[in-house]
Amino acid sequence: MKFTEEHEWLGFDGDMVKVGITEYAAEQLGDIVFIELPDVGTSVTKGQEIVVIESVKAASDILAPLDGEITEINNAIVDDPSMVNNDPTGEAWFFKMSLKNQGELDGLMSEDEYKKHIE
Amino acid sequence: MTELKRTALFDLHRSLGAKAIPFAGYEMPVNYPLGIMKEHLYCRKSAGLFDVSHMGQLVISSNTQSMQFIASELEKLLPIDLIGLGKDRQRYGFLPNKEGGIIDDLMISNRGDHYFVVINASRKEIDFKYLRENISKEIDVDLIKTRALIAIQGPQSEKILSNLIGELSSLKYLDVNNFSYRGEILWVSRSGYTGQDGFEISLPNSLCEVFCENILDQDGIEPIGLGARDTLRLECGLCLYGQDLNETITPIEAGLKWAIQKVRRTGGEREGGFVGQEKILNQIEEQPYFKREAFFPDGRAPLRSGTKLFSDDSGKNKIGVITSGSYSPSLERPISMGYLNHNKFNVDEPIFGEVRNKFFSVTLTKLPFVPTSFKRN
Repeated sequence: MKFTEEHEWLGFDGDMVKVGITEYAAEQLGDIVFIELPDVGTSVTKGQEIVVIESVKAASDILAPLDGEITEINNAIVDDPSMVNNDPTGEAWFFKMSLKNQGELDGLMSEDEYKKHIE
Repeated sequence: MTELKRTALFDLHRSLGAKAIPFAGYEMPVNYPLGIMKEHLYCRKSAGLFDVSHMGQLVISSNTQSMQFIASELEKLLPIDLIGLGKDRQRYGFLPNKEGGIIDDLMISNRGDHYFVVINASRKEIDFKYLRENISKEIDVDLIKTRALIAIQGPQSEKILSNLIGELSSLKYLDVNNFSYRGEILWVSRSGYTGQDGFEISLPNSLCEVFCENILDQDGIEPIGLGARDTLRLECGLCLYGQDLNETITPIEAGLKWAIQKVRRTGGEREGGFVGQEKILNQIEEQPYFKREAFFPDGRAPLRSGTKLFSDDSGKNKIGVITSGSYSPSLERPISMGYLNHNKFNVDEPIFGEVRNKFFSVTLTKLPFVPTSFKRN
């Protein structure tokens, strides 16, 4: 797994990457009550706001971790947003995407680096 | 940036694992490890302890004049019946400005030899200055800083609090009395801002932490942060100053006519004679076109404070604005309150709220979203 400074994790699924938010992020957001995911086929650029998450208290955005295209979305978390609080790094992934440039993954943090980042 | 103030319970909040946020100049707990949703539901089902020490506590008294005199002086400012407010009774009220807008909303108690007033944190200095400048010099107004204020709310609150300070069953909704604890005097009212049965307790700062620790040692009570305080009050349709109320909104527009007793309205024994009377009394007769309303967003997205409302899904005809909105833990759906301009809107028209350049349909409903459960008898 790789991690971004915006508290997303990227898992590898063949040619695709699976993207979700970290336990730390889920805990910081609090009880999640609403999620809006991008459409499959959307081209995204790194840093673009592509997911809206609302907790009881506030709305936040999830940014595209890298350039690429959305290939699959996890509608289960739209139906039950609390999944993200319960299992953020497992069942509650957000979307899968194909990367424009696989090499960009090297610029992301390892798990150890991420742990240091949130300390 | 000025440094955030802390209440007497700051260390306790920290030891309980609170997440702190800045609120009205104070560093306050937004939630504890339980989280907003569970804290909310726990308070509805059992009981919750809230630190509301950031709110202002005023004592209004006089060495030379009677309570009757103080009441009539206050009635020149507030449109509520204070002469008729009995000893050890509390009442909701507000300070209107000349245009009928609301300087602040408050709770006022007649304590026999003084009035005790609880005001909003963000309005403390403004209220104090306004009262000082606008009532007789023979009346003393003190903003007290030596006492903390806590609330215990929820169906188990009487049982839990009575374990510490004794029998409370004779204290009914909006009754106030003194109780003693470890040699100090607690000012206890049966009131609060969750729409449930509960108590608000003013107590010396020095006693506050140990008192709260002993409260939290009881079964059936959890500490509750400002996050759940907000969803609890919103479910019961209670206004938050600075969002649902401000200096440009009148009490009648805000749906607070019930708080202006008949004796102060047109035709009453002491009609008018308060600041803003022309606008306020006129609106009681004529019905304002701009009114606070309740909304159910039709989808899952919460429509929060500041969301503009339109009668079309393209943002052409603006008809109002959301002033409070969140997810309702009790109803498991989003709820909102806001203002509609009925001159620009017919009740059979659709309503849309604009969020992130998208238009979400909403349905007009009635307040409260969740019924209140005060101990009136």
